[in-house]
Amino acid sequence: MRTQFESPIVLLGARLLSPYIMLFGIYVIFHGHYSPGGGFQGGALLASSIILIRIAGGRLVSRLQIKEFFTTPMAAIGVIVYFAAGFISVLYGSYFLDYEALPFPGDLTPAELRYYGILVIEIGIGIAVMAILVMIYDHMARGEDYA
Amino acid sequence: MKYAKIVVLAAFAGLLIYGSTGLPDRGDPDNLMHQERSITNTVVAGSYFIREAYNDANTPNMVTVVLGDYRSIDTFGEQVVVFAAGLICLLILRKYRSI
Amino acid sequence: MLDFLLGHYAYWLTIILLCIGLYGILFKKNLVKKTIGLTILQVSVVLFWVSIGSKWDATVPVRDPGISTAEVANYLNPLPHTLMLTAIVVGVATLGVAFALLIATYNRYKTLDEEEILEQIQ
Repeated sequence: MRTQFESPIVLLGARLLSPYIMLFGIYVIFHGHYSPGGGFQGGALLASSIILIRIAGGRLVSRLQIKEFFTTPMAAIGVIVYFAAGFISVLYGSYFLDYEALPFPGDLTPAELRYYGILVIEIGIGIAVMAILVMIYDHMARGEDYA
Repeated sequence: MKYAKIVVLAAFAGLLIYGSTGLPDRGDPDNLMHQERSITNTVVAGSYFIREAYNDANTPNMVTVVLGDYRSIDTFGEQVVVFAAGLICLLILRKYRSI
Repeated sequence: MLDFLLGHYAYWLTIILLCIGLYGILFKKNLVKKTIGLTILQVSVVLFWVSIGSKWDATVPVRDPGISTAEVANYLNPLPHTLMLTAIVVGVATLGVAFALLIATYNRYKTLDEEEILEQIQ
């Protein structure tokens, strides 16, 4: 971090590789019902694709993708999505985080409602884990210069 | 002082290996945690998850069902812990204004 | 005797890994090396949980329509996998907190050696 130099080969390789890692992360989150995967693993993959750009390109290039001040609200949004899925089911007359009362459109059985409820909280976990890992990297890379 | 540490470490390793001889074999299907009923005649959690996960949540992956439905409050606690860890990094490494 | 060895060697390997982690915590003076030892200890605990969750002649805990779920011996126990899945991510986050504390310590004392920090405190 002290000495910065620009290498177009490293930046081009990272830019080539990063979208595929991000696409695989989204696949792992949304296909977690049928294969090994889920919110934690997909969030870690999304964070790795963003941190790859940050390592290769430096602070000026990575600011174009996700800004540094934007990670903390995104982590809070992830936690709030999880909590809201539990609290809405309380408002509709069920237990906390028991998804059989969630107001999804259509005529669904309680098992199918639990299917969609699990999908909602997996997305919340994925957003939160991605934002928090990127946030830890940002503050560690910037805190090396001062504290 | 250094020899005392070596003695403590060796004694701890010996104690753990002595304790591990009482464990059941790895992968033994007759292990108590793989049975349907425990010794107090209650339903073992893992067997219940295997049998009822698809009927309860319509999802083939049992680990996802246990993570998101049966133990969802535990997962919520874990997520709050991860969020708190991120906030602690933000607060420790923030640039303080010199007064 | 051979059955006993084949049934227990995985536990002994994880115990050896745990003792390597404890060695790093007890004997090393550098705080970064102590943190690496703590991580090795945590990984040994994760491997131990996964090894006690295994079952011979069983498949992964994803429902296959061709294999009956009524028979419990056909599938692995999903509970240790779930617990370790969350433990790994929380371990990564707390490792970030540990390194943030180390960065703050280095900027305050300009060293990471344990005894030099103790001398500067007193």
